[in-house]
Amino acid sequence: MRIGVVTFPGSLDDSSALRAIRLAGGTPVPLFHASDDLKEVEAVVLPGGFSYGDYLRCGAISRFAPIMASIIVAAEHGFPVLGICNGFQILCESHLLPGALTRNQDLHFVCTDQALIVENTDTPWTNGYAKGDRIIVPIKNGEGSFQAGADTLKQLEDDGRIVLRYVDKNPNGSQHDIAGISNARGNVVGVMPHPEQAIELLTGPSEDGLTFFTSVLHTMVGR
Amino acid sequence: MALDTVATAAANPTTEQPWRELGLKEDEYARIKEILGRRPTSSELAMYSVMWSEHCSYKSSKVHLKQFGEKAPKSDALLVGIGENAGVVDIGQGYAVTFKIESHNHPSFVEPYQGAATGVGGIVRDILTMGARPIAIMDPLRFGPADAVDTRRVLPGIIAGVGGYGNCLGLPNIGGEIVFDETYAGNPLVNALCVGVMRHEDIKLATAHGTGNLVVLFGAKTGGDGIGGVSVLASETFASGKAAKRPSVQVGDPFAEKVLIECSLEIFAEDLVIGIQDLGGAGLSCATSELASAGSGGMAIQLEKVPLRDPSLSPEEILMSESQERMCAIIEPSKLSRFMKICKKWDVTATVIGEVTDGEHLHITFNGELIVDVPPRTVAHDGPVYNRPIAKPAYLDSLKPVTLPAISNPKEIKAALLQLISSPNIADKSWVTDQYDRYVQGNSVLSQPEDSGMVRIDEQTHLGVAISTDANARWSYLDPYNGAKLALLESCRNIATTGAKPLAVTNCLNFGSPEDPGVMWQFSETVRGLADICLEMGLPVTGGNVSFYNQTGAVAILPTPVIGVLGVIQDVRTRTKMGLPAAGLEIFQLGNTDDNFSGSEYAHLHGQIGDHAPTPDIDAEIRLVNLLLEAQQFFQSAHDISDGGLAAALTETVLKNSVGATIELIEQYIPGGLTAGLFAETPGRVLIAVDPVNIEEVRALSNKYNVPMHRIGKSGGSALVINGESIELTELRRAHTETFAKLFN
Repeated sequence: MRIGVVTFPGSLDDSSALRAIRLAGGTPVPLFHASDDLKEVEAVVLPGGFSYGDYLRCGAISRFAPIMASIIVAAEHGFPVLGICNGFQILCESHLLPGALTRNQDLHFVCTDQALIVENTDTPWTNGYAKGDRIIVPIKNGEGSFQAGADTLKQLEDDGRIVLRYVDKNPNGSQHDIAGISNARGNVVGVMPHPEQAIELLTGPSEDGLTFFTSVLHTMVGR
Repeated sequence: MALDTVATAAANPTTEQPWRELGLKEDEYARIKEILGRRPTSSELAMYSVMWSEHCSYKSSKVHLKQFGEKAPKSDALLVGIGENAGVVDIGQGYAVTFKIESHNHPSFVEPYQGAATGVGGIVRDILTMGARPIAIMDPLRFGPADAVDTRRVLPGIIAGVGGYGNCLGLPNIGGEIVFDETYAGNPLVNALCVGVMRHEDIKLATAHGTGNLVVLFGAKTGGDGIGGVSVLASETFASGKAAKRPSVQVGDPFAEKVLIECSLEIFAEDLVIGIQDLGGAGLSCATSELASAGSGGMAIQLEKVPLRDPSLSPEEILMSESQERMCAIIEPSKLSRFMKICKKWDVTATVIGEVTDGEHLHITFNGELIVDVPPRTVAHDGPVYNRPIAKPAYLDSLKPVTLPAISNPKEIKAALLQLISSPNIADKSWVTDQYDRYVQGNSVLSQPEDSGMVRIDEQTHLGVAISTDANARWSYLDPYNGAKLALLESCRNIATTGAKPLAVTNCLNFGSPEDPGVMWQFSETVRGLADICLEMGLPVTGGNVSFYNQTGAVAILPTPVIGVLGVIQDVRTRTKMGLPAAGLEIFQLGNTDDNFSGSEYAHLHGQIGDHAPTPDIDAEIRLVNLLLEAQQFFQSAHDISDGGLAAALTETVLKNSVGATIELIEQYIPGGLTAGLFAETPGRVLIAVDPVNIEEVRALSNKYNVPMHRIGKSGGSALVINGESIELTELRRAHTETFAKLFN
């Protein structure tokens, strides 16, 4: 099972995402922003980082990358896409997901082991979890406060599209404690926490994040 | 202004030149004229002034630093030693590791965010320049009193700068220090350490040889920032009434550096460069003169080809600019097109600015006019050397022993302990470290507040490295010779406590003005102590950095030698953490406590510094390190006992995983009683927790290495209980963690 990870200029967690795919049992495929070639991957991860330095609105430049044109078309046909942190921001800028990620409430970058509840397990990236699972995954960002209009928030809640929610503490002022959402179809998921940094007890606070990557492999096998 | 060419200089020997404003002394200017046989052109003057600055030339420290060479222990591990951008050591399995620590103190005081950010950027480029992928950073920081107004200006900016740059580069920040002391009030210390890894065959050096090979400048364009950073900023004390120095601070662009790293590593992987040098302090002056003098000697540069951010820059300014995120490579003409292709892939500007010649001089032209004609070695290496006057400072004769109220009643333990662990130097530092990404790259095995940072090097073989930085400036103030030794021993102990074997040393020596004989004495004693201890421990010094002029008026900082030790661990899965993992474990103290409170945090809280630093027991420290390495498999947790004594070590050990402990210290067995048992900072001690089934094995090893092993308690419960006095973990946590948020939010 080939899963791609896109490297934009300034991507940082691309190597970790590739490792996570490998440890989950998939074949990791590096993709480069400047090419529109998806190299026959069956799903794609937009990794964390500071693409183009995040000097402009986060993700605002990356979303114009040639590879994004291919990803947007594929996503509209049900292709699984996971955006992590900067990847989530790129998905919002690409309008594959609603809302926006803004400066953290206290204006600091925050890196912490975050408790989360998995709420939506009807996505290719989360179907290995049980609804209500409590997981610990690192967050590390400066602009992770999820904001959307009241109508959008209501629709996300009503449609059960909140994938992850912060518990115990809200680290950045996100509305409704939202840590991750999906599109209406469920194939595109964006999360602020970093599941690829919670795949080994040796280097992460837990192994809870690995299920994101095993989930998508199971989904594709089942298709 | 007309261009000051070599011809003009020869024709007009008496033209007044601003050598004094550029930080040169009269005899230094005379020496330049003697070397050239004429007055320098303004561009040459610019080059000499930055390269002969204290920061670049080590003119006051050189005579002392040569001890590191003279006393160097025989080491098979050292692949590249002092003199290159960073030292390189062999860690086995074909891997080489390069690591170095540098200061960025003065810029960080003037402009905290950019000063700290570019400090990180500079050290990372040094590591990259060796051919290595940077894999982690650490930042030892020192500030004035935590509640001082200026600390509130400086500290948040510096933390944000370290984080802003390092986070954006994708380098995990895995440790460091944060220390407060009155003497750093006008002179905060920002030291930055970076470690990188490569295969042996990929090591790169800063050299230019092969006539006709091209000099290529790549990375960011050159701007007007940081002009005179090393000469005007880092080589002078701060005094009131001088012009603002803000323009001398460089401005960082971490995104440019991130793509420069990826671009450079791709270029290295295809073996496209002969030599490489980053542009840091002294910018192009440094890169061209160092590359040329390390090679065959001749180089011709066409300065007008340098891509500029600000087209109004004069040639002198182009030569002095310290604009960040730039590299200079020497490449064969046949490899240029491939080189350019990789630069284009990463959107990195690359420009051929000259070539290696068969001459012996560095020639720089500007629009065809010769403006620099110098023997490069005279710029890069033949700077002045000073044997500055040395005098033992008078303060050492008026030191007073520490007098503290003894704690005799267990009831007093709680109040004293809570006061200590909430004091800024001992309090939990998460407010700071949570602003740094410690997870990126996915190989961080240990990060702050563990005893050392540890990163995995190889996923298949589990090979890893550990790094720790330490200094106890108060001990150095009392006794700089032993202070340096104690800092290195603590760093080794921290490495071994996590399960790694110490391998090599780097250092950042932060001092006041070298023109003060007392400061020079502190410095010379420190270097002597450090060279001696490295020989005694068999650890090579791979490189380092000296920062002088950390002084405001007559007040110098505490002598602050920050020592970084690199260790190797064969299997990172065996590392030991500091937190108690479970109830029911037996807790021991390895090593004895004595009653010397001099230089301790406890004495500092009582406004005292004392009269003598501990005398290091090197043999005992070596035996302790050996014991730690051999008994590691039986440790459920291990934590070095240092700043804040056993009280601080216990607090950190129980709070990590919220597992309490019941401790019983037997007063009559401890010289100095309960007060010393809890708060003395006697070196050579480690707190360990052992499963009851393994006690005999650990005891046998402690006998083998003749290390005292005292049972002091048992893990479990929801409180830290000391001699019957109970402190609930919730109360302990509040006291330990609230300090920084209260001070800086």
